[in-house]
Amino acid sequence: MIGQIIVGIWMTVVIIASFLYMPATQGLGETGRILVYHVPAAWIAVLAYLMAMVNSIAYLRHGELRFDRQAQVNAELGTIFCILATITGAIWSRGAWGQYWNWDPRQTSITVLLMIYAAYFVLRSAIEDTDRRARLSAVYAILAFLTVPFLVFIVPRVYVSLHPNLINVSTRSFDMDRKMLVVFLSSLLAFTGLYAWMYNVQKRLENLLYRLDMKRGE
Amino acid sequence: MATKPLPWFRQGLAILRKDLRIEFRTRYAYSALVMFAITTLVTVSFSVGGYAMDADITAALLWIILFFSAMAGLARTFVHEEETGTVTALKMAAQSEPVLIGKYLFNVTLLLSLTVLVVPLFLVMLNQTVQLPIAFVATVFLGALGLAGASTILAAIVSKAGAKGSLMTVLAFPVLLPLLFAAISATRTALGGGLVANIRSDLLLLFFYNGVAVVASLLLFEYIWNE
Repeated sequence: MIGQIIVGIWMTVVIIASFLYMPATQGLGETGRILVYHVPAAWIAVLAYLMAMVNSIAYLRHGELRFDRQAQVNAELGTIFCILATITGAIWSRGAWGQYWNWDPRQTSITVLLMIYAAYFVLRSAIEDTDRRARLSAVYAILAFLTVPFLVFIVPRVYVSLHPNLINVSTRSFDMDRKMLVVFLSSLLAFTGLYAWMYNVQKRLENLLYRLDMKRGE
Repeated sequence: MATKPLPWFRQGLAILRKDLRIEFRTRYAYSALVMFAITTLVTVSFSVGGYAMDADITAALLWIILFFSAMAGLARTFVHEEETGTVTALKMAAQSEPVLIGKYLFNVTLLLSLTVLVVPLFLVMLNQTVQLPIAFVATVFLGALGLAGASTILAAIVSKAGAKGSLMTVLAFPVLLPLLFAAISATRTALGGGLVANIRSDLLLLFFYNGVAVVASLLLFEYIWNE
């Protein structure tokens, strides 16, 4: 309960700071402010997908159904944040490049990412038996996550992309001034808190639904 | 430990021989692949007939044909075992890894023999010249290998999920997209001519995709196979 309130206030402060405290970025101008929302959303998406894979591996090792539910919740949250990253990215692209969508390698790879996890949910819905569904979708989640490095890290660097890079590869440092870095890191923290809270709520819901199913089955 | 992979491979070859023998008797999977590829090819060629197309479009068409033909035939190996009920016998006869190796080799054989037939036909029917022949052959080879590699384990998933009609395509398409993008990009350069350096990064990507697909399949297959 207290955690929620802290995340709520923290998020509000970040939103206000991103418009008032943070300076407009060099090169990107006012559109650069969206970085405070876009980049954390993308990172949380990758984090949630990673957790989906970790839980899938845990399910295959231990065979406990709660890991399967946790993997499912993580895949759902990852998809929500991935959609948010796509939308904020498209809005920024409209401001900076003049078009909402132009199949930049980053846009291509995020589309594929969304399709992969959509296929994951299709697979889950196609199987009736609980154990079999858990097992097969765990294998698919692991396979799916293996394509993430290709999509998120390799493809945008191998093919020419106009997407700005946050980390300067040659100097190994963040290309940001101090005020911006402060707001950005606070936003990252706020998004992580938000993810943790959403995950917790959703996990409790899924556990209760499962117990209800068990009761009906008896 | 050093001798351990070899029995896997020998058993895998035995399963490949068994599957090839079954395939030669019915020729069902191969006919499905070839008929699908030829039908699409004829339709495309018929509708664009006289026009000379850009390498961009031809490259995409080639991989669309190969991808959907693969989807039509590659799920067959596992689905057939489930349908005839020979799964249990196969489980008793071999461990999971040799089974995967055998099925993988079978799918590779199937897909490569399809490309040998369809790709020349494709080039002839669409009046396409190849500017960089060696790079083109390498692209088609690595691409087909990757298609078979990733499809094999997905076919196993589909057969366990009750072989629902379109599930194979739904599952395979997103997982195979990175491969298809790289393959299309390399084919475009190989057909239309361009810097060899551009192809190199695509071929590297295809190569690593193949490696990841095979290793991941070997590690994960056990969980699908032994329920």
